[in-house]
Amino acid sequence: MNKTVNQKAWLFVIPVFVLVAFNAIIPLMTVVNYAFQETFGNNVFMWEGTRWFKQILLSDRFHAALGRQILFTLIILFIQIPLGIFIALTMPKEGIGVSVCLVLMSMPLLIPWNVVGAMWNIFALPDIGFLGHSLNALGFDYNFTQQSGDAWFTTVLMDVWHWTSLVVLLSYAGLRSIQPAYYQAAEIDGASRWSVFRHIELPKMKKVLTIAILLRFMDSFMIYTEPFVLTGGGPGNATAFLSIDLVKMALGQFDLGPAAAMSLIYFFIVLTVCWVFYNLMMKNEGQS
Amino acid sequence: MSLELRSVEKKVGQETHIYETNLKFEKNTINVLLGSTLAGKTTLMQIMAGLDKPTNGEIWFNEKNVTGVKVQKRNVSMVYQQFINYPNFNVYDNIASPLKITGVDSNEIKNRVGKVAELLKLSPMLNKRPNELSGGQQQRTALARALVKDSDLILLDEPLANLDFKLREELREELPKLFEDRDCIVVYATTEPSDALLIGGYTATLLEGKIVQHGKTLEVYNKPNSLQSAQVFSDPPMNIAKIKKEGDVCSLISDQLSWKVHSKLKDGEYKVGIRPHNITTYKEGSNSLEISGKVLISELSGSESLIHFTNGDLNWVSLSNGIHQKNVGEQTKLFMNSDEFLYFDETNKLVNNV
Repeated sequence: MNKTVNQKAWLFVIPVFVLVAFNAIIPLMTVVNYAFQETFGNNVFMWEGTRWFKQILLSDRFHAALGRQILFTLIILFIQIPLGIFIALTMPKEGIGVSVCLVLMSMPLLIPWNVVGAMWNIFALPDIGFLGHSLNALGFDYNFTQQSGDAWFTTVLMDVWHWTSLVVLLSYAGLRSIQPAYYQAAEIDGASRWSVFRHIELPKMKKVLTIAILLRFMDSFMIYTEPFVLTGGGPGNATAFLSIDLVKMALGQFDLGPAAAMSLIYFFIVLTVCWVFYNLMMKNEGQS
Repeated sequence: MSLELRSVEKKVGQETHIYETNLKFEKNTINVLLGSTLAGKTTLMQIMAGLDKPTNGEIWFNEKNVTGVKVQKRNVSMVYQQFINYPNFNVYDNIASPLKITGVDSNEIKNRVGKVAELLKLSPMLNKRPNELSGGQQQRTALARALVKDSDLILLDEPLANLDFKLREELREELPKLFEDRDCIVVYATTEPSDALLIGGYTATLLEGKIVQHGKTLEVYNKPNSLQSAQVFSDPPMNIAKIKKEGDVCSLISDQLSWKVHSKLKDGEYKVGIRPHNITTYKEGSNSLEISGKVLISELSGSESLIHFTNGDLNWVSLSNGIHQKNVGEQTKLFMNSDEFLYFDETNKLVNNV
């Protein structure tokens, strides 16, 4: 029997296509459009080829922002992932404590990002904020609005407070899904607590931890609102991470071409890192 | 060598999981714990292993009280229903893991792992990780881990339950051979009466946290001490009917069917237990009884026919060899082998001398 070709089926794809076009393709293509052209008033465009890309890739300003961004993300991952796992391991496994801990852990995640920024700004103010005032009273010379080290310390602390819970919740879910028989088998073998963690819990948590690391990488690498409200990128450019620098370039200086090129490079970095990381982690995973 | 539970009882909160239990397993025996889900098989095994403490009572091993001695000090191994292996170790390291922890030297480990892998047909996949193996191979790896150290007590908690039919059959046949010539006590928990019959050895039937009967597997099967034990040890479920005995004649209360017995048992009401394979579409034994009924369900499986039918107000199950097609709703005649009937009194105890 011959199958008849029916092109009408394509009609079913239209709703999805329209949706994706509006929320992804059109905005992205606008950026691509800006990235290769020079813009003047009255929508006059001139072709510039790869000039903006070269300019961005060679600029010290971009290198500095990228450096700050990578450092920030690494610090965040190195603190939040182990801390999250540790907290998940110490959380109660049954009883009323479970609900209490889960609710407490979810709280920071429910607070809007700009509110977190504002909260920490006030909390850390050296004269009236509880944290800032206490630190100074204890003899530390702390002022996050003026000293870049303090600004970094505060930004990292804020992010750890805000997002470690996510790692905790994911790890906790991973741990709870390990069947008790694994622990019994280890007990029968006489395995140490460390071996149980290293050879049972960690491998069993691999998938959720991969997701946790990916989410924390993406979020911290693209962080904007919280440091914008907390430090505004300052003092100087000390906490001007990629996104803050990008907004400065696009909306502050109105350099739409270079900003668009920078957006694409930024996007490309995030995409590549996620792809490479995910594939590395999921290699040899098979069907289990 | 022997393992003995003395008045062991296990309570969790208000709930009793194991009622007072006395059980003795002898050296070099395979012991089947037979009971449905939640009968207390796993709890009992964990108490035997030392993974769990009894609320009351004592566990004696080799004439020594080991109640409260930690599992690591007891030289036991356990295999679970789930395939429990270290996920990031390959098969070799998995099998070697119990030896490495106890500090056996590396040549000795190599030797023993090689032998046990050969026995369980794992030699070609020693370098693979558990998630690259089939379910059957994963369970073989877990079995190898249990066999590699010379445990005094090997506990198998429904090890075949998660395997598909073919793999289960295959491994079930190998299991008893694996434990031959081993100086240990094997305890095997299962819900399947056929497992117990195939494995042989000794069987303890369990019902709702109580040991109903313990003895040689075939004896428990042929001479269940009570209706409960017979029910636990019968799959498909045993047919049970009330009967009246008057003189030399027994008759079903729900039907006119009656048959002759020679017995000094006093007259009265009893229950008769008839295993499904003793009701067949053909005559078997010298004292065959005819029973008629309406077919409810007729299932064919390979070389057996399972016919559910009603007679009186009871539902009956029959199991015949060969393929016998029956239509649902059809009136049919079947034959019961009355030599194999089991009679129970009003307290559900077996009465042998009917």
